[in-house]
Amino acid sequence: MLDVRGLRKVYEGAGRRVEAVRDLTFTVGAGELVCLVGPSGCGKTTLLKCVAGLLAPTAGEILLGGRPVTGPPPGMAVVFQEYGRSLFPWMRVGENVELPLKQQRMPKARRRELVADALRSVGLTDAAGAYPWQLSGGMQQRVAIARALAYEPDVLLMDEPFAAVDAQTRADLEDLVRGLWRARGITVLFVTHDIDEAVYLGERVLVLSASPTVVREQLSIDLPSERDQLHTRVAPRFAELRTQVYAQVQAAKRGAAVPAADVRTPTPPAT
Amino acid sequence: MKDAHLDGAPPERARGGRPELTNAALGAAGLAGFLALCEAVPRLGIVSAEYFPPVSRIADALVGELGDGAFWTALGDTLTGWALGLAIAVTAGVLAGVVISVVPYLREATASTIEFLRPIPSVALIPLAVLLYGTELRSVLLLVVYASFWQVLLQTLYGVRDVDPVAEETARSYGLGTWARVRHVLWPTALPYVMTGVRLAAAVALILAVTAELVIGAPGLGARIAVAQTSQAVPEMYALVVVTGVLGLLINVGARTVERRALAWHQSVRGEVAV
Repeated sequence: MLDVRGLRKVYEGAGRRVEAVRDLTFTVGAGELVCLVGPSGCGKTTLLKCVAGLLAPTAGEILLGGRPVTGPPPGMAVVFQEYGRSLFPWMRVGENVELPLKQQRMPKARRRELVADALRSVGLTDAAGAYPWQLSGGMQQRVAIARALAYEPDVLLMDEPFAAVDAQTRADLEDLVRGLWRARGITVLFVTHDIDEAVYLGERVLVLSASPTVVREQLSIDLPSERDQLHTRVAPRFAELRTQVYAQVQAAKRGAAVPAADVRTPTPPAT
Repeated sequence: MKDAHLDGAPPERARGGRPELTNAALGAAGLAGFLALCEAVPRLGIVSAEYFPPVSRIADALVGELGDGAFWTALGDTLTGWALGLAIAVTAGVLAGVVISVVPYLREATASTIEFLRPIPSVALIPLAVLLYGTELRSVLLLVVYASFWQVLLQTLYGVRDVDPVAEETARSYGLGTWARVRHVLWPTALPYVMTGVRLAAAVALILAVTAELVIGAPGLGARIAVAQTSQAVPEMYALVVVTGVLGLLINVGARTVERRALAWHQSVRGEVAV
């Protein structure tokens, strides 16, 4: 579905040359939920913007459904971390969700249907007439998710979407995203710096190195697909996977290579 | 302060409309005091009543003006010049501002020219206006438009610069084209600034309309003030000056009302929202 091949992004500033992403290659299969984790400042957002067609890569290519991405591709929606800035304060919630559909010249009846359905599936049926700034942070991010859903994307990109909400809201939103992903069969690429979140949500976790970024490690998350905050997070397998990812991210921060063999069999905590 | 809280007095904000009421009463009292002073000073002979007639005589003259058809024609002329000039300036200012911001390199290319032209006082163009158009409405328009155009243009330029990159990227990622982004992202972002520009321009436009009439003699309140002055009708002159003052006040209040309506969603208007 989504093919990233040899992606490289170098920012050329006034006398400064920053290589944000060196050489990234990975694929996301149709209907897969893949999480990207990496140390902060590792170029996750750069990568996501390139994939979204908002930034032109310096080298390499991105293919969506076999076609190269040169600008924001149709069939792709992005949910940004900064929900407060991503939603338009001059539009009501319903209008925010509807705007992208209006641009597609979709008939009004169909638009209404999609907006109502999207708001219902994020649990905000009653909020259509409110302004975004009248809602709490978690609700605002739900609106942003509803806007993405109404757009009916094949691929949903999420850039640290829950980094700015409190822990309980975050848990709810994680379950919401997993539920929507399972219900709708959308391909999701979820960027986060939170290791637990990546393991809890993903079918696969890609660990990125520190900048200049490469993929350090790919892990399949073999947890049952039925997950819940209470039981999944205390499952022994969850702890193992979490430890593996954690070790990789720590090593990425130091820039050291962790032999794969060491990571696969984590040493049990000394008790 | 501390004692008041211990007494269980509610904090100031919770008292509802009362502080506003007090303010209104104080304002009215201040105005009444000012009028009384203006009545007393000439009557006591402190200044010559010939040049500074008591308020009651100005009020008489004002009533006389209001009964005169020529006054209403003059008022209409002034308002025409003001409204037409303002409309032209706002349209041109907004269009120019958006175009300068959207077209690459245009902002950099025009910045120095704008900085040069903007400080030229509009009244310095009076000779030019007379040369071109004589005492027609067009010479009033020239001055009004020149003065108010810059207010709108500059605010539009600031406003457009304020577009949030996240909002812009969101719009792009959802496939909004250039025109759709101008309409749905850039324009609403710039609107609060544009509104400020329009409010400033509306005030400046009135000043310039009256100035042009006064100096050039184009028909309107300004010309009527000049006539009253030359014919020694001092109370009438003051009455007309009061009318221009009231006009300015009404224009400001009107502009603020429009601003509040149009920007109900904006932080400056909506205030703090309990979430």
